[in-house]
Amino acid sequence: MAVSFVRDTKIMFVREFAPVLREPFGLLFTMAQPLLFLFLFGPLLGGTQGFGQVGEGSPWQWFVPGILIMMCITGPMMAGYFLLVELHSGSMERMLVTPLNRTAMLIGRTLKELVLLLAQAVLIIVLALPMGFELHPVGVLAGLVVLIVFGVGLGALSFALAIASHPGGELFYSITQTIMFPLILLSGMLLPLDFGPGWLQALGAINPVTYIVDAERLLFSGVFGDVSVLYGALAAGLVAAIGLAVGTRSMRRGV
Amino acid sequence: MIHARDLTKRFTVKKETVEAVRGIDLDVEPGGLVAFLGPNGAGKSTTLRMLTTLLPATSGSATVAGCDIAADPAGVRRRIGYIGQKNSAGENFRVRDELVTQGECFGLTRADAKRRAGELLELLSLEKLAKRTSSTLSGGQRRRLDIALGLIHQPRLLFLDEPSTGLDPQSRADIWGHILRLREEHDMTLFLTTHYLEEADNMAERVIIVDHGRVIADGTAQQLKSDLAGDHITLTVRDLPEAARAAEVAERIATAVDTGSDGMTVRLRVPRADTAMPEVLRAMETAGVKVAAAEGVRPSLDDVFLSLTGRSLRESDTADAPA
Repeated sequence: MAVSFVRDTKIMFVREFAPVLREPFGLLFTMAQPLLFLFLFGPLLGGTQGFGQVGEGSPWQWFVPGILIMMCITGPMMAGYFLLVELHSGSMERMLVTPLNRTAMLIGRTLKELVLLLAQAVLIIVLALPMGFELHPVGVLAGLVVLIVFGVGLGALSFALAIASHPGGELFYSITQTIMFPLILLSGMLLPLDFGPGWLQALGAINPVTYIVDAERLLFSGVFGDVSVLYGALAAGLVAAIGLAVGTRSMRRGV
Repeated sequence: MIHARDLTKRFTVKKETVEAVRGIDLDVEPGGLVAFLGPNGAGKSTTLRMLTTLLPATSGSATVAGCDIAADPAGVRRRIGYIGQKNSAGENFRVRDELVTQGECFGLTRADAKRRAGELLELLSLEKLAKRTSSTLSGGQRRRLDIALGLIHQPRLLFLDEPSTGLDPQSRADIWGHILRLREEHDMTLFLTTHYLEEADNMAERVIIVDHGRVIADGTAQQLKSDLAGDHITLTVRDLPEAARAAEVAERIATAVDTGSDGMTVRLRVPRADTAMPEVLRAMETAGVKVAAAEGVRPSLDDVFLSLTGRSLRESDTADAPA
């Protein structure tokens, strides 16, 4: 069972990733996107002080995990779009009439986005190093694992949403557009919530991404012993569990 | 191969319940080519989607290729091939890549999947397109690829949902050529839905007619036509009084039904025109009716549908099917 699950996930991932390798030109744009953020938004941070809650490192220590989490939200969240396209054609249907494991299908699909995310992460970290980003390899690795778990869950939720909004697709666009920015803004990803009013902080406290952001910042600074790291890992695990359950269920109910 | 009992599917669309399939019983033995014929919205595709495990049934049960669709859907999927209404290959994926993936999905090793993909590319004359993405193929080429994808694991039972819809006549003939040849070579059972009367008539060994989610007729095309529609015999006489007399005579013929006259032509329906014709002509002669011309016409499946439902299949072919 476990062997075939891994095998099914791999089949799906290899299929999804093949067009990326066949058309590597598209990769340039994928890679350029976070860099734009890094270079156009990053310098603004230099003028602000006091963002470095963890230690007193450079603002990049604070900002790099933020960009990565944002990438981890936009990529998997929009992954449902590709599924929507495949639901419109018959290719999703065709794969549903194969013995491929449903959950493995979801994970394999999202893994494509996450491999791209890892490549983006490496690029960002390498470029941020000369600007004062301090590398804690074990912490960064742990942080990326948390992000992958979170991304798998978010991707699966995006697929479930795509299936629910098929064949029209409008539901998918309106919901993703509506929740993406609140998720990002109410997590302290780009600007810390500490300076905001109480109601905004309260909203932030019910946003699971907030906990992941806090955990990532700590992990990227090499801190493991804080309870926030645990909360962040739990939040990511919860999103993954819910996402995979909902995603698998919506495929069983028929498309 | 297929055994379904009281298979039912209800959808709820905007708080209204739509009964797409209302208790279908079905038994298909191995080796046949069965056509599921009916107008759009009759429940053909929904039935097919339940049998192929794409949609769970609301109630009822079915075993397909020996596996229960509800208890062992993965077992069903392993044993069947499915060619859906829409194109099976992803738009941005290369033809060969999709075939290899499909083989792996059915448990072939990567090497076996590659070998099998190569065979199918050749079999369906797709070799030159192997490196193209499927979005660049023509309609007929994409349909050939769909067939290749459906056959990668050499299933004994193949489901086809409207296999030739939307193709030009030449591509349609080409696709059918491939389907029939592959069936011959691999001893497959074929179950297809269609709303093309000619297709069901010419290709299928058994025609199951569905309307409003129910099976309304089931048999060979010949049987259905003889039992439910019958041949038409048209006699032409010289004047109106003679036509009236001819109609009276026709009514007395035991096997004739639906007799009637229109001007100087008299029509009647009989199970078989070729055997009834001599009897009809003899009866006319005995009664002193001079027949100027006589013609026997075989009915179409549309006549069958018409006599069953009072509607023509061609006319009712407008409403769109629910999902």
